[in-house]
Amino acid sequence: MTIDWLQMLFGRLSLDALPSDIVTIGGAAMGVFGLLFIVGLITVTKRWRWLWRTWLTSLDPKKIGVMYIIVSGVMLLRGLADVVMLRAQQALFATGMDSPIGSDLFQQVFSAHGTIMIFFVAMGVIFGLINLIVPLQIGARDVAFPLLNSISFWLFFAGMALMNVSLIIGEFSAAGWLAYPPLSTLEYSPGTGVDYWIWALQIAGIGSLLSGVNFLVTIFTMRRKGMTLMKMPIFVWSVVGSMALVVFAFPILTATLGMLTLDRTLDTNFFTSDMGGNPMMYVNLIWAWGHPEVYILILPAFGAFSEIVPVFSRKRLFGYTSMVWAIMAITVLSFTVWLHHFFTMGAGANVNAFFGIMTMIIAVPTGVKVFNWLFTMFRGRISFKTPMLWFMGFIVTFTIGGVTGVLMAVPGIDFQVHNSLFLVAHFHNMIIGGVLFGAFAALAYWWPKFTGFRLHEGLGVAAFWSWLVGFVLAFAPLYILGLMGAVRRLDSYDASLGWQGLFVVAGVGVTFILLGVFFQVLQLAYSIWKRKELACDHDPWNGRTLEWATSTPVAEYNFATMEAVNDRDEYWETKYSRKRRNHPKYSDVLVPKNSGFGVYVSSAVVVMGFAIVWHMWLIAAIALIVTIVLAICVGLRENVERVITAKQVAESEKKLWKGAGA
Amino acid sequence: MSSVAETPEQKHLLSKTTIGFWLYLMTDCLLFATLFATFAVLRGATAGGPDGAEIYEMPVVLAETIILLTSSFTCGMALLGMMAKNTKQVLWSLVATFLLGLAFVVIEVAEFAKLIAEGHGPQASAFLSAFFTLVGTHGLHVSVGLLWLIIIGVLIWKRGLTSKLTRSLTLFALFWHFLDLIWIFVFTVVYLMGVVV
Amino acid sequence: MTVSHYVTGFILSLALTLMAYYVAVYHPTHSLVLLILVVLAITQLAVQLLYFLHLGEEVGPKLKQLSFWFMATSLIIIVVGSVWIMSNLNERMMHFSPQEKTEYMLREYDKGF
Repeated sequence: MTIDWLQMLFGRLSLDALPSDIVTIGGAAMGVFGLLFIVGLITVTKRWRWLWRTWLTSLDPKKIGVMYIIVSGVMLLRGLADVVMLRAQQALFATGMDSPIGSDLFQQVFSAHGTIMIFFVAMGVIFGLINLIVPLQIGARDVAFPLLNSISFWLFFAGMALMNVSLIIGEFSAAGWLAYPPLSTLEYSPGTGVDYWIWALQIAGIGSLLSGVNFLVTIFTMRRKGMTLMKMPIFVWSVVGSMALVVFAFPILTATLGMLTLDRTLDTNFFTSDMGGNPMMYVNLIWAWGHPEVYILILPAFGAFSEIVPVFSRKRLFGYTSMVWAIMAITVLSFTVWLHHFFTMGAGANVNAFFGIMTMIIAVPTGVKVFNWLFTMFRGRISFKTPMLWFMGFIVTFTIGGVTGVLMAVPGIDFQVHNSLFLVAHFHNMIIGGVLFGAFAALAYWWPKFTGFRLHEGLGVAAFWSWLVGFVLAFAPLYILGLMGAVRRLDSYDASLGWQGLFVVAGVGVTFILLGVFFQVLQLAYSIWKRKELACDHDPWNGRTLEWATSTPVAEYNFATMEAVNDRDEYWETKYSRKRRNHPKYSDVLVPKNSGFGVYVSSAVVVMGFAIVWHMWLIAAIALIVTIVLAICVGLRENVERVITAKQVAESEKKLWKGAGA
Repeated sequence: MSSVAETPEQKHLLSKTTIGFWLYLMTDCLLFATLFATFAVLRGATAGGPDGAEIYEMPVVLAETIILLTSSFTCGMALLGMMAKNTKQVLWSLVATFLLGLAFVVIEVAEFAKLIAEGHGPQASAFLSAFFTLVGTHGLHVSVGLLWLIIIGVLIWKRGLTSKLTRSLTLFALFWHFLDLIWIFVFTVVYLMGVVV
Repeated sequence: MTVSHYVTGFILSLALTLMAYYVAVYHPTHSLVLLILVVLAITQLAVQLLYFLHLGEEVGPKLKQLSFWFMATSLIIIVVGSVWIMSNLNERMMHFSPQEKTEYMLREYDKGF
């Protein structure tokens, strides 16, 4: 038997893999030039060593959190660029005019839009916030496993990188964001697109899984003395729910993607139509993961709002206990509703009725939360700063989304509107109005804690209103179009249907959203430029929880001293009852040393994923071995911490609190 | 486990890593649950090929089961030796565990090779895809465990029972017992129920 | 955690394994055989959890037990739910040929979410 070494080395990769149509070339060129520009900038300013030491190899969760958020910010721009193409196609070209976006490319673009927005924007920003806030809110100095945390981030990064490589080399999946077979099987998608999709998700998913374990252990074993479970800030509770779902739902994704991989590479017959395979099983499994995933994203957003509302209403959170129970109820119930994603696939009335009722039940704890927020605001002294504006926008859009959701939980109604733009409008209500607005509110709220200056308020308000108006304009027409019968993923329709006007309105909405994003970018740039004028102290919003107690910017060790916690709103209580001690007694602090393993593992895994996508088996095998060796090295690491002495802590505290009136 | 970790920091680290690893095992349970669910759904989908009763060699499977169970027991002996600070007992128990685990993997590979040679490979039907994937994923876990076992064994032999190595050994024992637990269900659901129905 | 602890667990597990094997291989047509197998497997699960994985010996907040029960709940929901849904679907869609199945699922593919 002879082995074709060239085949082992290059697999199915050839020059044909480079993009050939004008739109993809444009996208690829933008990606490549953007990357080259950044690399050039770093080289010219001689920042490589600095970048490596202070960011890439850092195990400080605050820095890892910032890196998560930067990556998801960039990905948000790419996801938006995708959606501009989609809506432009539907508003301008879909009625028969010649379009630069062909049908196949259209399918690729919306698959990429969904995948990017869920996995690399929403997940990224959620993990970024968790990294930034959770250790501070529980009064800890670090997470349970700092290196694992870095590796998780770099796996997320690796998945993102692989996803974007598909823009330049090869193609992306054209099978929708969940790649239902048989469309995603070899027979209908013989190219590399679905493989890119699988491996980008698989790698990022394993990173999320490890993060989930890490943060659950952090929250359960590293809380400050005295912080019992029922004294934890509600954001931390929401993270408990979200991470529990990550830990218990993501393995389903891993296994399901694994089986799809086997179908595509080893010709097994899990989800094929012949040889006994059953594509419906894939749909069942992917939603058994997919529905909890929705709550993984939304719970931390709920948590962030539960922090923001009390602070800007100057009141305690109303119904803390019911909030905790609501979160836990949502966590468990989210495992019992997945069939509502495929009511129409053919299950009988009993099955549909059961899952329909469960879906309506899960709306109850969510309703409890909405009322808790409203009662917190009731008779509070509300100040409408940007975080609070985002909350107001959220409560309206999210409630509308919730109501349309319960509507579709009735199987009979779902039979009418399934597969339509009505559904698309519903879940964008939840994900933009819920997750994204939550993330924007959280970023505006916690930004000054980490930078020492506020974001410019006027530009923030402008961004909010542009987003809100854009959101309504972009999605209200979709509800109507959905009821008129417009299906999702539509690249052309007959002009006589009279849909074009509404699509144009939706397109105008997208323009407003783009304006909102423009204001946000402007706000960032302007605030950084004017940071001296916007400077603030460590507690700009009159906060309640522990993260506001420590200095700004936050020291590497988070807290200089570790006093026991007595109250739910610990900082609020101590602020007004106890004076800050003038001569605290410091002790030595252990912090993790930097480590490059995250970057190494990520590089090896990207190479492995790429090689498997292109069937370059030799390189894949080598990269797999390198990954295993790296994992062993991680396990064998010794001497992983360094000491910050009490004296250094004292000096750093003096510097950090200077000018803060201490 | 209190006799292993001496200082409060070591104790905290041990409980942190144990809980973290336990949570990982829970995620692994759900990974297997997904494969079990798939197997349960596809077990009848033989596409005209053989069903379980026709291809399983039950005495061999029973032998595999007893071997893995015994290895779980010897692994427990290693843990007891660790707590008694008896390096010799730890090493011999680990050698026994390794040999038993290796025997298990070898038997499984031989079983797979025979099925593939007879034309009953994972491509032949949905049932066989699910069978190979479920049993093979368990086998893969056992193989990873063997690699881990070699590393721990060699390091304990070279360095003795340091606090880091006792921590690793504690986690390894959890992992190994866990794999035996999964096998109970592979044995019952795949093999025994396969010959029953 | 003592030797006798492990020996007890080992012997019990061995006995349960052999019983299950005996029932399945020598009485495969008995009407209660599936039930017996399930009961034996769950008994052995409990034995190994207690004697090998020491699930009951945790002190302080019982995180291992808590996560185990949460995992068990979600596991049962997913496995039982999947089998229920899929058997229902199989029953109703049994008349499909592979070709029909393919066409049906290609139409199905964008109904989700």
